[in-house]
Amino acid sequence: MAPYQPKSDPKWLVALTLAVALTVPFLFPVLILLSMPLAEPSGGGVTLALRWLGNVLGTDLSGPVAHDVGTAVVLLLIAFLFINFGAIFSGICVWWERRIAGRMQSRIGPNRQGLGGFLVWVADAVKFLLKEDLVPAEADSLLFRIAPYFVLTGFALTFVVLPFGHSVVMADLNVGVFYITSVTALVVVGILISGWSSNSKWALFGGMRSAAQVVSYEIPAGLAVFVPVLMAGSLSMQDIIRAQGAAPWDWFIFRNPAALVAFFVLFTSQLAEANRTPFDLPEAESELVAGYLSEYSGFRFALFFMSEFGNIWVMSALATTLFFGGWQVPGMPAAAISALKGTGAWWGWQLVSMAVFAVKTLLLANVVIWLRWTLPRIRIDQMMTLSWKYLVPIGFVCLIFTLFWQLGVGAAPGLELASGVALSVGALFVVIAFFRRVFKNVTDVRGDAIDLSNW
Amino acid sequence: MADRAELWIFLLFAIPLVIAAAGVVAARNPVNAAMSLVAAFFFLAGIYVLLVAHLVAFLQILVYAGAIMVVFLFVIMLLQLHDQDMQDAKLKAMQWGGIIGASGVLTVVALAIQQAGEIHWKAVPESFGTVKAVGMLLFTQYLLPFEATSLLLLVAIVGAVVVAKQRI
Repeated sequence: MAPYQPKSDPKWLVALTLAVALTVPFLFPVLILLSMPLAEPSGGGVTLALRWLGNVLGTDLSGPVAHDVGTAVVLLLIAFLFINFGAIFSGICVWWERRIAGRMQSRIGPNRQGLGGFLVWVADAVKFLLKEDLVPAEADSLLFRIAPYFVLTGFALTFVVLPFGHSVVMADLNVGVFYITSVTALVVVGILISGWSSNSKWALFGGMRSAAQVVSYEIPAGLAVFVPVLMAGSLSMQDIIRAQGAAPWDWFIFRNPAALVAFFVLFTSQLAEANRTPFDLPEAESELVAGYLSEYSGFRFALFFMSEFGNIWVMSALATTLFFGGWQVPGMPAAAISALKGTGAWWGWQLVSMAVFAVKTLLLANVVIWLRWTLPRIRIDQMMTLSWKYLVPIGFVCLIFTLFWQLGVGAAPGLELASGVALSVGALFVVIAFFRRVFKNVTDVRGDAIDLSNW
Repeated sequence: MADRAELWIFLLFAIPLVIAAAGVVAARNPVNAAMSLVAAFFFLAGIYVLLVAHLVAFLQILVYAGAIMVVFLFVIMLLQLHDQDMQDAKLKAMQWGGIIGASGVLTVVALAIQQAGEIHWKAVPESFGTVKAVGMLLFTQYLLPFEATSLLLLVAIVGAVVVAKQRI
């Protein structure tokens, strides 16, 4: 038999699709970056914009009321951009996840709409918008209608403190990390209410499971978050990033052995809080139809899914901030950054820092997607055991170890560097082993050709 | 200028807060009452943020709107109260007691505000309401009440375990 010949080799189309998929969601952070001067509370951006607008319209807009209204408009505009980033990111993430799922299960996946099926997420969104918005006759109609907005608000509020780059952060709150853990509490309330108000046993079971799961996993997540907080001495997201360096051995994850463990505790807990497989018990298709989503259709269903996939970004960005050095770029210490201020290179630096942050976050997001298609769903008792008997005690041990570690670092500052170098070299070996394995698997299957004809 | 914007933001939080709080009392369905309470907690947190007490605001959301309300909703949903049960309770007496108590509190607060006269607001230091400032107070000036509260919570947890274990 003749060796297998791919029908076509659309390398360039694949590259183009991937480039578009990577660019489109990040147009929004770039727009936010451009509107940042307007949002400066003392920068006078709003005053300048109003003066320009007043000249165009031929009226005087320098009054205080116009200033207040102008500020409110700018803030609404930025909030609009952030929510759109969440929506577009989750849309493209759905496509990307379906393509990965196809590859991992040896099938093709959606490849019809647009190049590489890229437009399937637009088609999905249009379909959701056009579908009928059904409210079950016996449901509590007010709560049923309002529940998706609780979930959406809990998701969207996190963008207030999530950094996108060196200066692209809406409010660098003093309580940053803590703010994220508290506003995501709204998601649980939304899920519980959607489960109850549907007046369906599947939805109720799903809502109950989800609430139990999220409340349980909030504790190990909170404990794990406190490890980098202790190391940085601050809860502010930007301060935590500034306390780290650009090189891997300067990242918190490697600077302290307990932080490495805490990262895995946090990552597992966040998977559970976001209802991702292997913790997707609340919407387990094989047992509960679709859990709390069973009765939803159309736009409200889309809101739930948008938050769920957008949460992949939120959890990855949080882990990047806390453990992987955020937007730090090699060769750019704080002094070099402040020297750039006021020059054209300042904007270039902002873009570079945003790109670094986005790449780290997307790599983590990919791991989240891989896990979904690799691991089976766990049972509810295993889920509870994992949280209360393993993750919570491990979290406490990490916290107390870090307290002593910080004392040790105070006495011998070389300790952090030693741990950082040792652990990052170890991590490098793991990554190399991973790529060797992947390479071996690819060559075992089909020599050295990667078939893109069905992409 | 800042005062006027502050007033607008205050009204933005205060009016819905009062409406939501009234909803907690007026709602017939306990789940609706609980949801109004969640909304009230959020608007209250907004007012805390306006007072530059960020830590208190988000602690409040995390503990009340997050953990405690989820437990409330769990209990309400599991108990499945019916209208019949609600009427059996001595609701009328409780309502009258509530009205008298609420109007008493309102009178005291109104009188206190009236007697305080004109208030001269002091500017708070930069560190006000930060995690560090609250922590310093908690672990120096208010250490005893803090430790007493944690002991109380420990007793509550042990009590809950004892009660639950009896049934298992």
